[in-house]
Amino acid sequence: MADLLLELFCEEIPARMQAKAEADLKKAVLDGFKAGGLSGELKIASMSGPRRLAVAVEGLPVRSADVVEERKGPKVGAPEKAVEGFMRGAGLSDISEAEVRSDPKKGDFYVATRSIPGRDAPEIIAELVPEIVRGFHWPKSMRTGTGELRWVRPLQRILCVFDGKVVPFEIDGLASGDLTEGHRVHGRGPFKVTGLDDYVSQLGGEGHVLLTREDRRNKIEAGAKAVCETAGLELVEDKGLLEEVTGLAEWPVVILGDMDPAYLSLPPEVIQLSMRTHQKYFSVRDPKTGNLAPHFVVVANIEPADGGKAVAAGNRKVLSARLDDGVFFWENDKKTGLEAMAPKLEAIKFKDELGSIADKVERVAALARELAPKVGADRDIAERAARLCKADLVSEMVYEFPELQGVMGRYYALEAGEDTSVADAIRDHYKPQGPSDAVPNEPVAIAVALADKLDTLVGFWAIDEKPTGSKDPFALRRAALGVVRIVLENEVRLPLDQALRDPFFWMFAPRGSRLIEGFPPGPWKKQSEPAKRLFFEAVRRTTSDLLSFFADRLKQYLRDQGQRHDLIDAVFALGEDDLVLITKRVEALGVFLETEDGASLMAGYKRAANILKAEEKKDGAAFDGVVDESLLDAKAEKALFKAITTATNDAEAALKAEDFAAAMSALAGLRGPVDAFFDGPDSVMVNAEDAKVRANRLNLLNMMRRAIGTVADFSKIEG
Amino acid sequence: MTAPKAKDKPASFQDLILRLQAYWGGQGCAILQPYDMEVGAGTLHPATVLRALGPTEWRAAYVQPSRRPADARYGENPMRLGHYYQFQVILKPNPPDLQDLYLNSLYEIGIDPTVHDIRFVEDDWENPTVGAWGLGWEVWCDGMEVSQYTYFQQVGGLDVFPVSGELTYGLERLAMYVFGVDNVYDLPFNAPDSAVPLSYGDVFLENEKQQSAFNFEHSDVEMLLRWFSDCESQSNLLREKGQPLPAYDYALKASHTFNLIDARGAISPTERQAYIGRVRDLARGAAELWAQQEAERAA
Repeated sequence: MADLLLELFCEEIPARMQAKAEADLKKAVLDGFKAGGLSGELKIASMSGPRRLAVAVEGLPVRSADVVEERKGPKVGAPEKAVEGFMRGAGLSDISEAEVRSDPKKGDFYVATRSIPGRDAPEIIAELVPEIVRGFHWPKSMRTGTGELRWVRPLQRILCVFDGKVVPFEIDGLASGDLTEGHRVHGRGPFKVTGLDDYVSQLGGEGHVLLTREDRRNKIEAGAKAVCETAGLELVEDKGLLEEVTGLAEWPVVILGDMDPAYLSLPPEVIQLSMRTHQKYFSVRDPKTGNLAPHFVVVANIEPADGGKAVAAGNRKVLSARLDDGVFFWENDKKTGLEAMAPKLEAIKFKDELGSIADKVERVAALARELAPKVGADRDIAERAARLCKADLVSEMVYEFPELQGVMGRYYALEAGEDTSVADAIRDHYKPQGPSDAVPNEPVAIAVALADKLDTLVGFWAIDEKPTGSKDPFALRRAALGVVRIVLENEVRLPLDQALRDPFFWMFAPRGSRLIEGFPPGPWKKQSEPAKRLFFEAVRRTTSDLLSFFADRLKQYLRDQGQRHDLIDAVFALGEDDLVLITKRVEALGVFLETEDGASLMAGYKRAANILKAEEKKDGAAFDGVVDESLLDAKAEKALFKAITTATNDAEAALKAEDFAAAMSALAGLRGPVDAFFDGPDSVMVNAEDAKVRANRLNLLNMMRRAIGTVADFSKIEG
Repeated sequence: MTAPKAKDKPASFQDLILRLQAYWGGQGCAILQPYDMEVGAGTLHPATVLRALGPTEWRAAYVQPSRRPADARYGENPMRLGHYYQFQVILKPNPPDLQDLYLNSLYEIGIDPTVHDIRFVEDDWENPTVGAWGLGWEVWCDGMEVSQYTYFQQVGGLDVFPVSGELTYGLERLAMYVFGVDNVYDLPFNAPDSAVPLSYGDVFLENEKQQSAFNFEHSDVEMLLRWFSDCESQSNLLREKGQPLPAYDYALKASHTFNLIDARGAISPTERQAYIGRVRDLARGAAELWAQQEAERAA
């Protein structure tokens, strides 16, 4: 057994690529050893940082095992051609080199055996590593100088030591060796390394390199908390940033810097974004007030000789210049005011065929007004919020920091003395931006968020720009799922069919559209009757397609919530378009089917449905006639008829009250009569000799099927 | 690498430039003079963008004034200028130790790596106008970008081989850092103990004011639009005649003329894209022809 240490040392690897590259290298090495026959109880460690990727494998055999390969041939005495072909394939010069084996069924046949001797591990490694390096996948790679190799940045050294000795090979003119280098400023190098322990102790010691991401992450996190605590401050944690800076320093040193407190008059989001995206600083809070403190935490890559004064001062200056820009934008924007920004949206295109953002805002405002009472919002306030919701897109701040769209609008609205609910709606109408993002839950924000998303969806459907396969460049799936979540999580009662038609009217009806064939541009009043009919037809077609898109999103959502997909189908088949009701039904159905009543009603339904299906097929007709009470004869069928009538009435009343559990338990009352009808002491023979009686009994079963069908289409339920 | 040692601070802005020139001259670079044409970036000097093409080895360094009309601020902004300097280095093929050479150049101008935090942060450079891109970093010193460091991969839409290493130093910004100055106009242009001490403002403030007024108020847009078309025709003609170098000059003239028109806000966003496309076609066309000729000359 012996150990391998491999290090690929190169110029600074982008932080975002390091972790994946480390995992890929580890996997490639392990896969390569497996394929090369170097197996055993391997212990593997991997490391990555700004200038290196490394893998260490312990417990490798020094040689791969010998392998014997067998190749079956033709029967003894087979035609000469077959024997020749076998010899050629197995590389035999005479058939006597093959072994003859007997099989009780097939008789004697030839077998060629070839023993492949094992190979020394260094030989395998010397082949494997160049292959991995040449075929390595980087998100972006480059060539350097006159080399052919593509790597993320120039590859400077390859350290490859097995069992204390260099494994010799060459990649693009670069020979492997046993040298590495430490930190650029504090380390020395290049120096010799004999194996993993030596590597870790030399680099971690005098080399000043923390080799694992974990060690660096821990040092940064602990260091950042410590410098904050000493100063009576609190670190604003940021996992994404932590991961990034972990990839930006080999020897991270945390330094607390400060800034002019005057900058704190800027919105905290602006300060944090400047710090984070441009400078990769953590922001810091005052634990007493919870507000941002005039400080920042920077992670340096040196242990500065002056204790960090120059680093802090330099960074302070850069941050000040950034924040000066921020102040400049903030003051200019406030001077302009949100109200004055809105008209400039005319210059920004939303989508060629759908006009400018200003056009979109017009439609969203009308829609938000329409939706407001349904979500408990005031019409005028909802319209006001909608009119301002996109205005910050033309602000200088959002031009600089697009991530702050909505956030800045909220501040500018508050500055202008708008209602808080208007301001909050401006910020929140973009939500939810992803599955983990919260949905808006204030009425005005709900109205504007729904209006904005519905307008987008209907618009893109109208111009036939739907998502296909994995392509969804306008994030329409996210928009539809957003609508589903907003509606369900706020229990908004919104029949979708109508909600999808409304945007059409705001979009096209007021001035016609070339997009709808036969419905020319021009005011509604001037449209001809046939043109109006074509318009309605287009609306109907598009809406129904979009509804099924919504149905898929809802199914996906409910499945993610753990609901059975067949129950979702069973409820969808009813043609309901109120998402809240659909969800309630699915939930009630799931609970009901778990009960004994549910299970036996299901059984009764199936029995009735099967008989009906068979008889309908036989007769080629449906049994949907009215049950003739005078023809009911047996006690069991009379009882069933009565039970169905009662259950239907009770279920209908319960459905009207949207009490699905009650509707289902009303139908569960059919269980006894159904069982008695089919299996009781005086059970009924459905296929009576008298054709009229038979038809009447089948009509009775159909009546029951229809009654049960009012809560869900049981034919879609599995099991 | 042994522990690096930084030199003392240069005495002035010009001393900083002289040190960079001496240093890169010592690395075998031809120290060229600025190109005698208005360009928006030092990369556009033919010594970089054209010489990066073809198989011939090349090393050069030079100061290049960059003119960016829309960035002009009447001399009122302490950091933004319509006319400023870049120091440009190109080594083709890039030597394997270019990163160390670059770091040494920083030590040469007095940046002490034991006190200042120098970092290479991913930043992939591209210049669509000349169809060029490369991988590299922006180099940070205590959080401030002091250089752009790029390994060219394509120029004129063509893969380059050998690969050139390109370094761009923003001279004013670097100097402001080295001298601890907050306002660019306060930089010592020559040494403060000179017979006639001159600040950056003494040399350039009036120029910034007048050029800003020209860029934003007095330029004759009609004339510039005519010039643009004339430059375009001339460049196309020169290319047809097999003369990529003057064809490239006229592409640069067209590019600067466009920047002047753009600074006046005289072009709508859609037209803007079309103009950028026209400049790109000229620059790329010249670059392609030059690459073809270089390959023929080397063969």
